[in-house]
Amino acid sequence: MSNLFDLLVAGLATGAIYALVAVGFTLLWQTSQTINFAQGEFVMLPAFLMLAAMHAGAPFWLAIILGILLSMILLGLAFKMLLVDPMMRHGVLPLAIATMALAIGIKEAVKQFFSAEASPFPSIVPTGDISILGHAVSLQSIGVLAVAILAVLGLTTLLNRTSLGHQMQAAAQNPTVARIIGVPVERMILLTFLINAFLVALASLLITPIYLAKFSSGEVLGQAAFIAAIVGGFNQVRGAIAGGLLIGVLDNLAAAYVSTQYRAAVPMIFLIAVILFRPQGLLGRAEERTV
Amino acid sequence: MKSTLLAGALLAFATATSVHAQAIKLADVAELSGGGATVGTNWKNGIDLAIEEINAKGGVLGRKLEVTHADSQSNPGVARAQVQKALDAEPYVLLGPGYSGSVKVTAPLAAEAGIAQIMGGEAAELTQAGNKFLFRTSFGQQSSMPKVAKYIHDEMKAKTVAVVWVNNDFGRGGRDVVVKELDRLGSKVVADLSTEAGQADFAADVAKIKAANPDAVFVYLNEEESARILKELKRQGVTAPLMGETTLIGQKVIELAGDAANGARGHVGLTTDAPVDLIKAFREKFSKKYNYVPDHNGLKGYLAVYMVKATTEKMGKVDPKKFADTLHGLTIKAADEPGILMDVTFSDTGDIDRQSFLVEVVEGKQVVKQVLPKVK
Repeated sequence: MSNLFDLLVAGLATGAIYALVAVGFTLLWQTSQTINFAQGEFVMLPAFLMLAAMHAGAPFWLAIILGILLSMILLGLAFKMLLVDPMMRHGVLPLAIATMALAIGIKEAVKQFFSAEASPFPSIVPTGDISILGHAVSLQSIGVLAVAILAVLGLTTLLNRTSLGHQMQAAAQNPTVARIIGVPVERMILLTFLINAFLVALASLLITPIYLAKFSSGEVLGQAAFIAAIVGGFNQVRGAIAGGLLIGVLDNLAAAYVSTQYRAAVPMIFLIAVILFRPQGLLGRAEERTV
Repeated sequence: MKSTLLAGALLAFATATSVHAQAIKLADVAELSGGGATVGTNWKNGIDLAIEEINAKGGVLGRKLEVTHADSQSNPGVARAQVQKALDAEPYVLLGPGYSGSVKVTAPLAAEAGIAQIMGGEAAELTQAGNKFLFRTSFGQQSSMPKVAKYIHDEMKAKTVAVVWVNNDFGRGGRDVVVKELDRLGSKVVADLSTEAGQADFAADVAKIKAANPDAVFVYLNEEESARILKELKRQGVTAPLMGETTLIGQKVIELAGDAANGARGHVGLTTDAPVDLIKAFREKFSKKYNYVPDHNGLKGYLAVYMVKATTEKMGKVDPKKFADTLHGLTIKAADEPGILMDVTFSDTGDIDRQSFLVEVVEGKQVVKQVLPKVK
């Protein structure tokens, strides 16, 4: 029983990070029909930007701020202007293929400029345990969950409770009408790219102390988040959150109770089942686009 | 006619002289790029250092040593092609590769050519296939794992053990030997966990270890995965003592795992921290030449060249065909050949017997706690 509790906590902590990345997936899809296959590499890169800042002499807190800002410039602004905008007019598929090429480019660049070997990365949460219901739970797991939940709450508040959020939703649901009523659609789309860059940088900060900073670490994350987004519902932020948590827990339970060799297969089988029986995802709505 | 004869005589003389002064050619194939770049670069630098020293003292039997380095890119397919190319140039002895997988696919080529291969691989099966030309520079798992099992049983007094291993040739080989030995000694394996190479998330594996509540945990993974599991063990508060091999307590693992590596123990065949004067001197020479502290692969490359020197001097001639026969069963004493660093004996299968070390990580540093003697 204590085993199950440990597995659930660890699964939720990893799942919360998947959720952050999956939310970014759905946001980009909603506003610009971009399926970003480089999303995993987007999570890997900010950690290296922060490490570079620290090598240059910046303290950790400053490196975090610089890393997030640089990520928003590179993975938000530059990604949209230099890759998405020019490729968009050729359709969804060429754009998706371009993001695959970008993934390879980012990976190779990091390997070239840093190294093929893993590097350590400091944790923002101190090590140690606290007791919950008689179980020792690590502060790191709690910290990761707390930061991820706060980020998701902040995002949903922004989308549902503010004028800016309503404008973003309008731009996503019907860009033509939104333009007519005066919503700056282009700016709203850019904003979602910046939010995605912020979320992946945050995910990078939370996951890298556990996975280590390595050029290839985005592969697993990108795949897990992609599955999470589809399972939860590609057109719903809350679907992506639920999908992320579900995949995190499922992955851990599969590793413990099925086998480590087949742990990667279990979420895939689940994905196939969802596509067969509920193609819009667990919380998604059929043929509809909302943020 | 006279001038033709004279030219012929001159040519014969010139050829004879050049053969006499010709350098002894060694070929090295190592992991100079790709995932094993740290392994291969250390190995190569160790070789270069040894050759420089030997040549400065007049070479082997009056002949200089020369080496060509080729890059296997840490890929067995490329390693095979590079070894074939190296063998075509008819080297005296082949050095490398370092990865067991690459050794496995290249060893038949060297054996077919009748050239001795001195390599860095540690998988148990390498020297069990009846290859008469393959030699190790470090312990194979069949030599190191019994020492590990004995330490877990006798010194750690563990009645129950969790064994975590990586699911590849290296991990499976080590796991099979250690589980058999633990069973023979009477320590019970309460969790036998296979993990995948490159695995990032060890939460589930550690939760299983925690549930099994063993007296000791034996960890046998590659360096990066070792660091990840050490962090996860600390995160989930597992307090059972940890035992492993070189891959659990290496410098890279300590750097990656930070605090979490403290307290981990490992059996190490070769370490530059060993309390042996000749090894200390090696470490100093190496650090001075390359500006960094070598790992055990630097030692292995260095030893490989001195194995060539000692064996050749034992034969009294440079004979590639007799080299392997001479090295089988040979004991090289550090008192006679300081470059060999520690007394070593080679078995008929190319395995080695040598003293080894029990190392513990204390405040981020490897500390040698015990010197384990030669088996025979």
